[in-house]
Amino acid sequence: MYDTSDIRKGLKVLMDGNPFTVIEFQFVKPGKGAAFTRTKFKNLLTGAVIERNIRSGEKLEPANVETKDMQFLYREGDDMVFMDQTNYEQVTVSKELIGEAHDLMKDNMACVLTFFNERPVDVQLPTFVTLEVTASEPGVAGNTAAGNVTKAATVETGATIQVPLFIRVGDLVKIDTRTHEYNERISK
Amino acid sequence: MRTRGRVLAVDGDTAVVRAELYDLRVTNAARTWRPGDHVELESQQVLRVHGSAPTPGAEVLRMPRRRLDLLRARAKALAKVREVFAARSFLEVETPLLVPAPGLEIHLEAVAAGSGYLITSPEYQMKRLLAAGFERIYQVCKCFRANERGAHHASEFTMIEWYRAFDTLDAIIDDTEQLVADVCHALTGKPEARVGGRTIDVTPPWQRITVRDAMSEHAGIDVDGTESAAELIDKLRAWGIECAPDAAWDDAFFAAYLARVEPAIAALPHAVILHDWPLPLAALARTKPDDPKTALRFEAYVGGIELANAFDELTDAAEQRTRFLGDQEARRARGKPVYPLDEKLLAALAEGLPPSAGIALGFDRLVMLATGAEKIDDVLTFSADEL
Repeated sequence: MYDTSDIRKGLKVLMDGNPFTVIEFQFVKPGKGAAFTRTKFKNLLTGAVIERNIRSGEKLEPANVETKDMQFLYREGDDMVFMDQTNYEQVTVSKELIGEAHDLMKDNMACVLTFFNERPVDVQLPTFVTLEVTASEPGVAGNTAAGNVTKAATVETGATIQVPLFIRVGDLVKIDTRTHEYNERISK
Repeated sequence: MRTRGRVLAVDGDTAVVRAELYDLRVTNAARTWRPGDHVELESQQVLRVHGSAPTPGAEVLRMPRRRLDLLRARAKALAKVREVFAARSFLEVETPLLVPAPGLEIHLEAVAAGSGYLITSPEYQMKRLLAAGFERIYQVCKCFRANERGAHHASEFTMIEWYRAFDTLDAIIDDTEQLVADVCHALTGKPEARVGGRTIDVTPPWQRITVRDAMSEHAGIDVDGTESAAELIDKLRAWGIECAPDAAWDDAFFAAYLARVEPAIAALPHAVILHDWPLPLAALARTKPDDPKTALRFEAYVGGIELANAFDELTDAAEQRTRFLGDQEARRARGKPVYPLDEKLLAALAEGLPPSAGIALGFDRLVMLATGAEKIDDVLTFSADEL
């Protein structure tokens, strides 16, 4: 069992049968009152966020949640297949679970999968991914004056992102998987 | 602002390294910086590293400039505090930090040290000084409270505590208002505190609200202090305030207080004195002569930060012993360590403590208010995580 001093970001607990992860917490203590921890939890199954005040001394049940480093192998329709490199076990995950970043996933990408009672409930991608630009119009010099300092580019995984005008087909670009934003050009 | 760099080169054994900035976070800024962003530096970043010269590639954490500015501001605030007390003819005292009998308050945990404990506040010893004949005393000292860690809490923190013999809470309120206004003025140029990007007017006199009025106005709950915990919990539930069904009276009170009253007070653009606390929250305060259900106690709030707590001190040794024994009993019942009674304090009260009023004010929080720092860690030389 956990108590309030164990509360930290990312702690996985079981409440009313559901696995939650702590996303924010704040120590609160009125001068003459009891201490408690105002805690925001995210339901790992639904994504819903709830806030609860956990009194000092109150216990929290650990959730049977496990995280594993896994390698992304390939996509199969709307599903993504991952492999545990320690035992070569494969796991199939729907792209909804991955969210918007699914179109930035590249073969062999190292991801962290979260399992609740053996079932995958979350996939964490690396914050940045480096992808090759496969299609993009050449930048037009005059466009900068009008404030168009970016243009659309398609990368090898099929995602479309906004890149600076100097980016050409064949360039490697670093992309933030949280935001789909261009970060920088990687020299080969 | 926090800067981190990667060491690129070491100049001989002078332990001076140059670092390329690769991670920059600017608090209170409209945008978020990311690695790879271009930044302009005032000068080349030079990191001084003590001890052996680091090997290139080692990571160095530099104390950010903003932190250094805050520590300079802290020193200025402390100088102003001493000036204010000197101008009001207070004597600065130093009482021991290591004591055999720490505060007995049910919600404070002392840190054990050697054969005794570190003080949770210097009040027992300062009251003995009042009994010994001093009339106006103040102290700036470290206090220790186990398991307190948050944006406004550190286990080791600095308290300003002062007492006036033969005086009442009105004089203490006046001291508090002037002290806070003067310290804020010394640091911001105006009698204004800064909290979360807002400015809070701390010009004396501050608005005064009784706890009962604040509870009925903001929580819709009439608190008497004589109702049972169950009755109070029923009132809370009627107003949709979350509270465990088996909560003690004080826990129920604070559930309502923190859910409704504190946010309302925090939103005010000026400082507030919250006074006349219900008897169950009297702690070491005397009851009102004409109203035995009310304790002569106040708390000072600035922008939602609880800055200080004051009592018109209980001077009756028998009543004090009864409350201490009650505190011990409550600690035992809740499975908490039971600290010994401070018999020397009780003896001093029995010998005669003049009618007195006193207050404890969090100095670190005062520095936060005067500088706009958002976390107590920002105004400490080194936080617990940095040791």
